[in-house]
Amino acid sequence: MRVFDPHIHMTSRTTDDYRAMAAHGVQAVVEPAFWLGQPRTNPGSFADYFDSLLGWEPYRASQFGIRHHATLALNPKEANDPRCRGVLDLLPRYLDKDGVVAVGEIGYDSMTPAEDEAFAAQLELAVEYELPALVHTPHRDKATGTKRTLDVVAASGIEPGRVAVDHLNEVTVGLVRESGCWMGFSIYPETKMSPPRMVEILKEYGTERMLVNSAADWGHSDPLLTVETGRAMLAAGFTADDVDLVLWRNPVAFYAQSGRLDLSDLDKPDTTYAGSSIARGGS
Amino acid sequence: MTPDELRAVVAAVPGRAWLDEAEAQLRANPDDAGPLFARAGRKLGRQPLPDRPGWTPALAGRILLLLALSDAERTAQLYWQGDAAERLAVLHALPLLPIGNGGVPLAEDALRTNDTRLVAAALGPYAAHLDAATWRQGVVKCVFMGIPLSVVDRLDDRADAGLTAMLAALARERAAAGRRMPADALALLNRHLLRKED
Repeated sequence: MRVFDPHIHMTSRTTDDYRAMAAHGVQAVVEPAFWLGQPRTNPGSFADYFDSLLGWEPYRASQFGIRHHATLALNPKEANDPRCRGVLDLLPRYLDKDGVVAVGEIGYDSMTPAEDEAFAAQLELAVEYELPALVHTPHRDKATGTKRTLDVVAASGIEPGRVAVDHLNEVTVGLVRESGCWMGFSIYPETKMSPPRMVEILKEYGTERMLVNSAADWGHSDPLLTVETGRAMLAAGFTADDVDLVLWRNPVAFYAQSGRLDLSDLDKPDTTYAGSSIARGGS
Repeated sequence: MTPDELRAVVAAVPGRAWLDEAEAQLRANPDDAGPLFARAGRKLGRQPLPDRPGWTPALAGRILLLLALSDAERTAQLYWQGDAAERLAVLHALPLLPIGNGGVPLAEDALRTNDTRLVAAALGPYAAHLDAATWRQGVVKCVFMGIPLSVVDRLDDRADAGLTAMLAALARERAAAGRRMPADALALLNRHLLRKED
Protein backbone atom coordinates (compact mmCIF):
# COMPACT_ATOMS: atom_id res chain seq x y z
CA MET A 1 0.00 0.00 0.00
CA ARG A 2 1.39 3.41 -0.99
CA VAL A 3 0.05 6.35 0.96
CA PHE A 4 0.07 10.11 0.34
CA ASP A 5 -1.05 11.91 3.49
CA PRO A 6 -2.55 15.16 2.17
CA HIS A 7 -2.73 16.86 5.57
CA ILE A 8 -0.27 16.23 8.39
CA HIS A 9 1.67 18.59 10.67
CA MET A 10 5.08 16.92 10.70
CA THR A 11 6.70 19.85 12.52
CA SER A 12 4.86 18.57 15.60
CA ARG A 13 5.93 14.95 15.11
CA THR A 14 9.04 12.96 15.98
CA THR A 15 11.56 11.11 13.86
CA ASP A 16 10.00 7.87 15.17
CA ASP A 17 6.80 8.90 13.38
CA TYR A 18 8.68 9.44 10.13
CA ARG A 19 10.28 6.04 10.52
CA ALA A 20 6.96 4.29 11.21
CA MET A 21 5.20 6.12 8.38
CA ALA A 22 7.88 5.13 5.87
CA ALA A 23 7.78 1.52 7.09
CA HIS A 24 4.00 1.43 6.50
CA GLY A 25 4.06 2.87 3.00
CA VAL A 26 3.63 6.61 3.55
CA GLN A 27 5.80 8.03 0.75
CA ALA A 28 4.57 11.61 0.47
CA VAL A 29 2.99 14.20 2.76
CA VAL A 30 1.58 17.70 2.55
CA GLU A 31 2.00 19.87 5.64
CA PRO A 32 -0.45 22.77 5.91
CA ALA A 33 0.60 25.81 7.91
CA PHE A 34 -1.59 26.00 11.00
CA TRP A 35 -1.93 27.10 14.60
CA LEU A 36 0.97 25.85 16.71
CA GLY A 37 -0.91 25.67 19.99
CA GLN A 38 0.87 28.73 21.34
CA PRO A 39 -0.45 31.92 19.73
CA ARG A 40 2.11 33.90 17.71
CA THR A 41 2.37 37.63 18.18
CA ASN A 42 4.01 38.93 14.99
CA PRO A 43 4.50 38.14 11.30
CA GLY A 44 8.20 37.35 11.84
CA SER A 45 7.21 34.20 13.73
CA PHE A 46 5.27 33.12 10.65
CA ALA A 47 8.19 33.89 8.32
CA ASP A 48 10.43 31.55 10.32
CA TYR A 49 7.65 28.94 10.40
CA PHE A 50 7.09 29.16 6.63
CA ASP A 51 10.87 28.93 6.05
CA SER A 52 10.94 25.80 8.15
CA LEU A 53 8.08 24.26 6.12
CA LEU A 54 10.07 24.93 2.93
CA GLY A 55 13.55 24.20 4.25
CA TRP A 56 14.21 22.06 7.27
CA GLU A 57 11.06 19.93 7.35
CA PRO A 58 11.29 18.68 3.72
CA TYR A 59 14.95 17.90 4.38
CA ARG A 60 14.06 16.00 7.56
CA ALA A 61 11.36 14.06 5.68
CA SER A 62 13.79 13.20 2.88
CA GLN A 63 16.04 11.45 5.38
CA PHE A 64 13.27 8.88 5.73
CA GLY A 65 12.54 8.67 2.02
CA ILE A 66 9.34 10.75 2.37
CA ARG A 67 8.55 13.59 -0.04
CA HIS A 68 7.30 16.71 1.74
CA HIS A 69 5.33 19.64 0.32
CA ALA A 70 3.50 22.43 2.13
CA THR A 71 0.43 24.64 1.98
CA LEU A 72 0.88 28.15 3.38
CA ALA A 73 -1.61 30.62 4.82
CA LEU A 74 -2.64 32.68 7.80
CA ASN A 75 -4.80 30.19 9.68
CA PRO A 76 -8.35 31.19 10.68
CA LYS A 77 -7.71 31.25 14.42
CA GLU A 78 -4.77 33.66 14.24
CA ALA A 79 -6.49 35.73 11.54
CA ASN A 80 -8.41 37.16 14.51
CA ASP A 81 -5.28 38.65 16.10
CA PRO A 82 -4.56 42.07 14.58
CA ARG A 83 -0.83 41.59 15.36
CA CYS A 84 -0.74 38.74 12.82
CA ARG A 85 -2.55 40.51 9.97
CA GLY A 86 0.79 41.38 8.37
CA VAL A 87 1.15 37.71 7.45
CA LEU A 88 -1.16 38.41 4.51
CA ASP A 89 1.50 40.79 3.13
CA LEU A 90 4.24 38.17 3.58
CA LEU A 91 2.34 35.46 1.74
CA PRO A 92 2.84 36.55 -1.89
CA ARG A 93 6.58 35.96 -1.91
CA TYR A 94 6.12 32.58 -0.21
CA LEU A 95 3.35 31.44 -2.55
CA ASP A 96 5.87 31.49 -5.43
CA LYS A 97 8.03 28.77 -3.85
CA ASP A 98 8.36 25.33 -5.44
CA GLY A 99 7.41 23.47 -2.27
CA VAL A 100 4.03 25.22 -1.96
CA VAL A 101 1.22 23.15 -3.49
CA ALA A 102 -1.82 25.03 -2.14
CA VAL A 103 -2.98 27.99 -0.08
CA GLY A 104 -4.08 26.67 3.32
CA GLU A 105 -5.31 26.04 5.88
CA ILE A 106 -7.80 28.83 5.36
CA GLY A 107 -11.47 28.98 6.32
CA TYR A 108 -13.37 29.48 9.53
CA ASP A 109 -12.72 28.92 13.21
CA SER A 110 -15.26 31.14 14.96
CA MET A 111 -16.80 32.74 11.84
CA THR A 112 -15.82 36.32 12.75
CA PRO A 113 -15.60 39.29 10.37
CA ALA A 114 -11.78 39.12 10.58
CA GLU A 115 -11.93 35.48 9.46
CA ASP A 116 -14.28 36.44 6.60
CA GLU A 117 -11.75 38.97 5.39
CA ALA A 118 -8.67 36.71 5.64
CA PHE A 119 -10.52 33.81 4.02
CA ALA A 120 -11.66 35.87 1.02
CA ALA A 121 -8.26 37.57 0.61
CA GLN A 122 -6.46 34.23 0.62
CA LEU A 123 -8.85 32.62 -1.88
CA GLU A 124 -7.97 35.56 -4.13
CA LEU A 125 -4.26 34.79 -3.61
CA ALA A 126 -4.92 31.16 -4.57
CA VAL A 127 -6.42 32.30 -7.87
CA GLU A 128 -3.60 34.80 -8.47
CA TYR A 129 -0.82 32.29 -7.78
CA GLU A 130 -2.65 29.49 -9.64
CA LEU A 131 -2.75 27.32 -6.52
CA PRO A 132 -5.48 25.05 -5.15
CA ALA A 133 -6.91 25.90 -1.73
CA LEU A 134 -7.12 23.73 1.37
CA VAL A 135 -10.06 24.83 3.49
CA HIS A 136 -10.50 23.94 7.15
CA THR A 137 -14.05 23.62 8.49
CA PRO A 138 -14.79 24.74 12.05
CA HIS A 139 -15.02 22.30 14.94
CA ARG A 140 -17.90 24.22 16.52
CA ASP A 141 -21.13 24.80 14.58
CA LYS A 142 -19.64 22.68 11.77
CA ALA A 143 -22.71 22.33 9.53
CA THR A 144 -23.40 26.08 9.51
CA GLY A 145 -19.69 26.77 9.05
CA THR A 146 -19.45 24.37 6.13
CA LYS A 147 -22.42 25.99 4.37
CA ARG A 148 -20.92 29.41 4.85
CA THR A 149 -17.53 28.11 3.68
CA LEU A 150 -19.05 26.84 0.44
CA ASP A 151 -20.82 30.18 -0.13
CA VAL A 152 -17.53 32.07 0.26
CA VAL A 153 -15.75 29.62 -2.07
CA ALA A 154 -18.49 30.03 -4.69
CA ALA A 155 -18.38 33.84 -4.40
CA SER A 156 -14.59 33.90 -4.81
CA GLY A 157 -14.69 32.52 -8.35
CA ILE A 158 -12.10 29.80 -7.68
CA GLU A 159 -13.02 26.56 -9.47
CA PRO A 160 -14.59 24.10 -6.99
CA GLY A 161 -12.32 21.34 -8.37
CA ARG A 162 -9.33 23.31 -7.05
CA VAL A 163 -10.68 23.43 -3.48
CA ALA A 164 -10.51 20.74 -0.79
CA VAL A 165 -12.87 21.20 2.13
CA ASP A 166 -11.44 19.35 5.09
CA HIS A 167 -12.41 17.74 8.41
CA LEU A 168 -15.77 16.57 7.06
CA ASN A 169 -18.12 14.08 8.68
CA GLU A 170 -21.41 12.30 7.99
CA VAL A 171 -23.34 15.55 8.38
CA THR A 172 -21.24 17.76 6.10
CA VAL A 173 -20.02 15.41 3.34
CA GLY A 174 -23.17 15.66 1.18
CA LEU A 175 -23.06 19.46 0.95
CA VAL A 176 -19.43 19.48 -0.15
CA ARG A 177 -19.96 16.68 -2.66
CA GLU A 178 -22.73 18.68 -4.35
CA SER A 179 -20.49 21.76 -4.54
CA GLY A 180 -17.89 20.01 -6.71
CA CYS A 181 -15.13 20.61 -4.16
CA TRP A 182 -12.87 17.78 -2.97
CA MET A 183 -13.87 16.15 0.31
CA GLY A 184 -11.24 15.81 3.05
CA PHE A 185 -11.55 13.57 6.11
CA SER A 186 -9.23 13.67 9.10
CA ILE A 187 -9.04 10.26 10.71
CA TYR A 188 -8.49 10.68 14.43
CA PRO A 189 -8.17 8.22 17.31
CA GLU A 190 -11.35 9.47 18.98
CA THR A 191 -12.85 12.61 17.54
CA LYS A 192 -13.21 13.89 13.96
CA MET A 193 -13.55 10.63 11.98
CA SER A 194 -12.63 6.97 12.52
CA PRO A 195 -11.56 4.30 9.99
CA PRO A 196 -14.85 2.31 10.28
CA ARG A 197 -16.94 5.49 9.85
CA MET A 198 -14.76 6.50 6.89
CA VAL A 199 -15.41 3.16 5.22
CA GLU A 200 -19.17 3.69 5.58
CA ILE A 201 -18.88 7.15 4.01
CA LEU A 202 -16.89 5.72 1.08
CA LYS A 203 -19.56 3.04 0.61
CA GLU A 204 -22.29 5.66 0.51
CA TYR A 205 -20.57 8.44 -1.45
CA GLY A 206 -18.00 6.58 -3.57
CA THR A 207 -14.28 7.21 -3.91
CA GLU A 208 -14.27 10.12 -6.35
CA ARG A 209 -12.79 13.42 -5.01
CA MET A 210 -12.24 11.75 -1.62
CA LEU A 211 -9.13 12.65 0.44
CA VAL A 212 -8.20 10.79 3.60
CA ASN A 213 -5.66 12.33 5.96
CA SER A 214 -4.37 11.85 9.50
CA ALA A 215 -4.15 15.60 10.27
CA ALA A 216 -1.69 14.39 12.92
CA ASP A 217 -0.35 17.27 15.00
CA TRP A 218 0.61 18.07 18.60
CA GLY A 219 -2.72 16.77 19.93
CA HIS A 220 -4.00 13.24 20.38
CA SER A 221 -3.59 11.98 16.81
CA ASP A 222 -1.93 9.16 14.89
CA PRO A 223 0.01 9.46 11.62
CA LEU A 224 -0.74 5.82 10.74
CA LEU A 225 -4.53 6.16 10.67
CA THR A 226 -4.41 6.69 6.88
CA VAL A 227 -2.87 3.21 6.60
CA GLU A 228 -5.44 1.87 9.08
CA THR A 229 -8.22 3.29 6.91
CA GLY A 230 -6.75 1.51 3.86
CA ARG A 231 -6.80 -1.76 5.78
CA ALA A 232 -10.39 -1.16 6.91
CA MET A 233 -11.36 -0.51 3.27
CA LEU A 234 -9.81 -3.83 2.18
CA ALA A 235 -11.53 -5.67 5.03
CA ALA A 236 -14.86 -4.18 3.93
CA GLY A 237 -14.45 -5.46 0.38
CA PHE A 238 -12.91 -2.47 -1.41
CA THR A 239 -10.22 -3.48 -3.93
CA ALA A 240 -6.53 -2.64 -3.68
CA ASP A 241 -7.10 -0.27 -6.60
CA ASP A 242 -9.85 1.57 -4.66
CA VAL A 243 -7.42 1.97 -1.77
CA ASP A 244 -4.69 3.23 -4.11
CA LEU A 245 -7.14 5.74 -5.60
CA VAL A 246 -8.20 7.16 -2.24
CA LEU A 247 -4.82 7.05 -0.50
CA TRP A 248 -2.53 7.95 -3.41
CA ARG A 249 -3.96 8.94 -6.77
CA ASN A 250 -6.64 11.29 -5.38
CA PRO A 251 -4.28 13.46 -3.31
CA VAL A 252 -1.73 13.42 -6.13
CA ALA A 253 -4.41 14.60 -8.58
CA PHE A 254 -5.60 17.35 -6.23
CA TYR A 255 -2.19 18.84 -5.44
CA ALA A 256 -0.79 18.25 -8.94
CA GLN A 257 -3.13 21.07 -9.99
CA SER A 258 -0.48 23.39 -8.51
CA GLY A 259 1.98 22.32 -11.23
CA ARG A 260 4.58 22.07 -8.45
CA LEU A 261 4.15 18.59 -7.01
CA ASP A 262 7.51 16.85 -7.37
CA LEU A 263 7.29 13.08 -6.92
CA SER A 264 10.23 12.28 -9.21
CA ASP A 265 12.60 9.53 -8.14
CA LEU A 266 10.48 8.57 -5.14
CA ASP A 267 11.74 5.02 -5.50
CA LYS A 268 15.26 6.37 -4.87
CA PRO A 269 15.13 8.00 -1.44
CA ASP A 270 17.33 11.07 -1.15
CA THR A 271 19.14 9.74 1.90
CA THR A 272 22.68 10.05 0.74
CA TYR A 273 24.91 12.92 -0.07
CA ALA A 274 27.46 11.84 -2.67
CA GLY A 275 27.20 8.31 -1.37
CA SER A 276 27.39 9.13 2.32
CA SER A 277 24.53 8.68 4.79
CA ILE A 278 23.04 11.81 6.31
CA ALA A 279 20.74 10.09 8.77
CA ARG A 280 23.52 9.54 11.29
CA GLY A 281 24.55 13.20 11.37
CA GLY A 282 24.92 15.44 14.37
CA SER A 283 26.09 12.87 16.88
CA MET B 1 31.16 24.49 -11.87
CA THR B 2 32.23 27.19 -14.30
CA PRO B 3 29.63 29.32 -16.09
CA ASP B 4 30.32 27.34 -19.29
CA GLU B 5 29.66 24.06 -17.50
CA LEU B 6 26.45 25.52 -16.04
CA ARG B 7 25.34 26.53 -19.54
CA ALA B 8 26.04 22.99 -20.77
CA VAL B 9 23.86 21.55 -18.00
CA VAL B 10 20.83 23.69 -18.88
CA ALA B 11 21.36 23.57 -22.67
CA ALA B 12 19.21 20.47 -23.10
CA VAL B 13 16.42 21.08 -20.57
CA PRO B 14 12.89 21.95 -21.75
CA GLY B 15 12.90 25.13 -19.64
CA ARG B 16 15.89 26.55 -21.52
CA ALA B 17 13.82 29.19 -23.32
CA TRP B 18 12.31 30.28 -20.00
CA LEU B 19 15.81 30.73 -18.58
CA ASP B 20 16.92 32.90 -21.51
CA GLU B 21 13.89 35.14 -21.00
CA ALA B 22 14.37 35.22 -17.24
CA GLU B 23 18.01 36.32 -17.58
CA ALA B 24 16.98 39.12 -19.95
CA GLN B 25 14.14 40.15 -17.63
CA LEU B 26 16.51 40.23 -14.65
CA ARG B 27 18.95 42.49 -16.44
CA ALA B 28 16.14 44.83 -17.45
CA ASN B 29 14.32 44.76 -14.12
CA PRO B 30 16.29 43.46 -11.14
CA ASP B 31 13.24 43.90 -8.88
CA ASP B 32 11.76 40.78 -10.49
CA ALA B 33 14.58 38.66 -9.05
CA GLY B 34 12.52 37.14 -6.20
CA PRO B 35 9.71 35.51 -8.21
CA LEU B 36 12.03 34.48 -11.09
CA PHE B 37 14.50 32.87 -8.72
CA ALA B 38 11.68 31.05 -6.87
CA ARG B 39 10.03 29.73 -10.06
CA ALA B 40 13.28 28.48 -11.60
CA GLY B 41 12.92 25.15 -9.78
CA ARG B 42 9.74 23.98 -11.43
CA LYS B 43 10.57 25.68 -14.75
CA LEU B 44 13.99 24.04 -15.16
CA GLY B 45 13.53 20.75 -13.31
CA ARG B 46 14.31 19.51 -9.82
CA GLN B 47 15.32 15.96 -10.80
CA PRO B 48 18.91 14.98 -9.98
CA LEU B 49 21.45 15.04 -12.83
CA PRO B 50 22.60 11.45 -13.38
CA ASP B 51 26.27 12.33 -13.85
CA ARG B 52 26.58 15.06 -11.19
CA PRO B 53 25.52 13.94 -7.69
CA GLY B 54 23.67 16.64 -5.77
CA TRP B 55 23.05 18.79 -8.86
CA THR B 56 19.78 19.55 -10.67
CA PRO B 57 19.02 21.63 -13.77
CA ALA B 58 17.30 24.13 -11.45
CA LEU B 59 20.47 24.57 -9.38
CA ALA B 60 22.58 25.27 -12.46
CA GLY B 61 19.94 27.66 -13.85
CA ARG B 62 19.59 29.57 -10.59
CA ILE B 63 23.34 30.17 -10.47
CA LEU B 64 23.16 31.56 -14.02
CA LEU B 65 20.32 33.85 -12.89
CA LEU B 66 22.52 35.15 -10.06
CA LEU B 67 25.34 35.80 -12.52
CA ALA B 68 22.90 37.76 -14.71
CA LEU B 69 21.73 39.71 -11.66
CA SER B 70 25.28 40.31 -10.36
CA ASP B 71 24.10 42.35 -7.38
CA ALA B 72 25.54 41.63 -3.92
CA GLU B 73 22.65 43.11 -1.95
CA ARG B 74 19.91 41.42 -3.95
CA THR B 75 21.81 38.11 -3.89
CA ALA B 76 21.92 38.25 -0.09
CA GLN B 77 18.21 38.98 0.01
CA LEU B 78 17.50 35.99 -2.25
CA TYR B 79 19.39 33.84 0.24
CA TRP B 80 17.56 35.13 3.30
CA GLN B 81 14.18 34.87 1.59
CA GLY B 82 14.94 31.58 -0.18
CA ASP B 83 13.87 28.01 0.43
CA ALA B 84 16.61 25.39 0.89
CA ALA B 85 17.15 24.92 -2.86
CA GLU B 86 17.39 28.68 -3.47
CA ARG B 87 19.88 29.09 -0.61
CA LEU B 88 21.94 26.25 -2.03
CA ALA B 89 22.14 28.04 -5.39
CA VAL B 90 23.28 31.29 -3.74
CA LEU B 91 26.03 29.44 -1.85
CA HIS B 92 27.26 27.80 -5.05
CA ALA B 93 27.19 31.15 -6.85
CA LEU B 94 29.20 33.05 -4.21
CA PRO B 95 32.68 32.21 -5.60
CA LEU B 96 31.53 33.28 -9.09
CA LEU B 97 30.14 36.66 -8.02
CA PRO B 98 32.00 39.97 -7.47
CA ILE B 99 30.74 40.02 -3.90
CA GLY B 100 33.98 40.21 -1.86
CA ASN B 101 33.33 39.38 1.79
CA GLY B 102 29.62 40.18 1.34
CA GLY B 103 28.68 36.52 1.29
CA VAL B 104 30.38 35.60 4.57
CA PRO B 105 27.24 35.96 6.72
CA LEU B 106 25.40 33.68 4.28
CA ALA B 107 28.08 30.99 4.40
CA GLU B 108 28.20 31.27 8.20
CA ASP B 109 24.42 30.85 8.33
CA ALA B 110 24.66 27.76 6.11
CA LEU B 111 27.29 26.26 8.42
CA ARG B 112 24.89 26.66 11.35
CA THR B 113 22.20 24.55 9.63
CA ASN B 114 21.89 20.81 9.85
CA ASP B 115 21.28 20.41 6.11
CA THR B 116 24.25 18.55 4.62
CA ARG B 117 23.73 20.17 1.20
CA LEU B 118 24.05 23.69 2.64
CA VAL B 119 26.97 22.83 4.92
CA ALA B 120 28.84 21.23 2.01
CA ALA B 121 28.19 24.17 -0.33
CA ALA B 122 29.48 26.64 2.26
CA LEU B 123 32.86 24.87 2.24
CA GLY B 124 33.41 25.27 -1.51
CA PRO B 125 35.83 27.84 -2.99
CA TYR B 126 34.07 30.78 -1.29
CA ALA B 127 35.19 29.37 2.09
CA ALA B 128 38.49 31.16 1.39
CA HIS B 129 36.68 34.19 2.87
CA LEU B 130 35.87 32.41 6.16
CA ASP B 131 38.17 32.89 9.13
CA ALA B 132 40.24 29.90 10.28
CA ALA B 133 38.12 29.08 13.34
CA THR B 134 34.86 29.06 11.36
CA TRP B 135 36.43 26.99 8.60
CA ARG B 136 37.82 24.38 11.03
CA GLN B 137 34.42 24.07 12.72
CA GLY B 138 32.89 23.55 9.27
CA VAL B 139 35.33 20.78 8.37
CA VAL B 140 34.82 18.97 11.67
CA LYS B 141 31.06 19.37 11.24
CA CYS B 142 31.39 17.51 7.92
CA VAL B 143 33.01 14.62 9.74
CA PHE B 144 30.16 14.65 12.29
CA MET B 145 27.48 14.75 9.60
CA GLY B 146 29.05 12.14 7.34
CA ILE B 147 29.68 14.65 4.55
CA PRO B 148 32.66 13.51 2.45
CA LEU B 149 35.63 15.83 2.90
CA SER B 150 36.02 15.98 -0.88
CA VAL B 151 33.45 18.83 -0.75
CA VAL B 152 35.96 21.04 1.10
CA ASP B 153 37.89 23.29 -1.25
CA ARG B 154 41.70 23.35 -0.75
CA LEU B 155 41.42 21.00 2.23
CA ASP B 156 45.07 19.98 2.40
CA ASP B 157 46.37 23.50 1.78
CA ARG B 158 44.35 24.90 4.59
CA ALA B 159 44.42 22.05 7.12
CA ASP B 160 46.47 23.33 10.05
CA ALA B 161 47.56 22.19 13.48
CA GLY B 162 44.29 23.51 14.94
CA LEU B 163 42.20 21.32 12.66
CA THR B 164 44.43 18.30 13.21
CA ALA B 165 44.09 18.67 16.97
CA MET B 166 40.29 18.80 16.70
CA LEU B 167 40.19 15.73 14.44
CA ALA B 168 42.56 13.81 16.71
CA ALA B 169 40.36 14.66 19.71
CA LEU B 170 37.30 13.48 17.80
CA ALA B 171 39.11 10.26 16.84
CA ARG B 172 39.80 9.62 20.53
CA GLU B 173 36.14 10.20 21.43
CA ARG B 174 35.01 7.90 18.67
CA ALA B 175 37.48 5.20 19.77
CA ALA B 176 36.22 5.50 23.35
CA ALA B 177 32.66 5.02 22.10
CA GLY B 178 33.62 2.09 19.89
CA ARG B 179 32.64 4.09 16.80
CA ARG B 180 34.56 4.54 13.57
CA MET B 181 36.04 7.73 12.16
CA PRO B 182 35.25 8.22 8.46
CA ALA B 183 38.15 7.00 6.33
CA ASP B 184 38.65 10.38 4.67
CA ALA B 185 39.07 12.11 8.03
CA LEU B 186 41.63 9.55 9.18
CA ALA B 187 43.47 9.93 5.89
CA LEU B 188 43.59 13.69 6.35
CA LEU B 189 44.91 13.25 9.87
CA ASN B 190 47.59 10.84 8.61
CA ARG B 191 48.65 13.12 5.78
CA HIS B 192 49.01 16.02 8.15
CA LEU B 193 51.01 14.00 10.70
CA LEU B 194 53.33 12.67 7.95
CA ARG B 195 53.79 16.18 6.59
CA LYS B 196 54.87 17.37 10.04
CA GLU B 197 57.53 14.65 10.20
CA ASP B 198 59.07 15.69 6.85
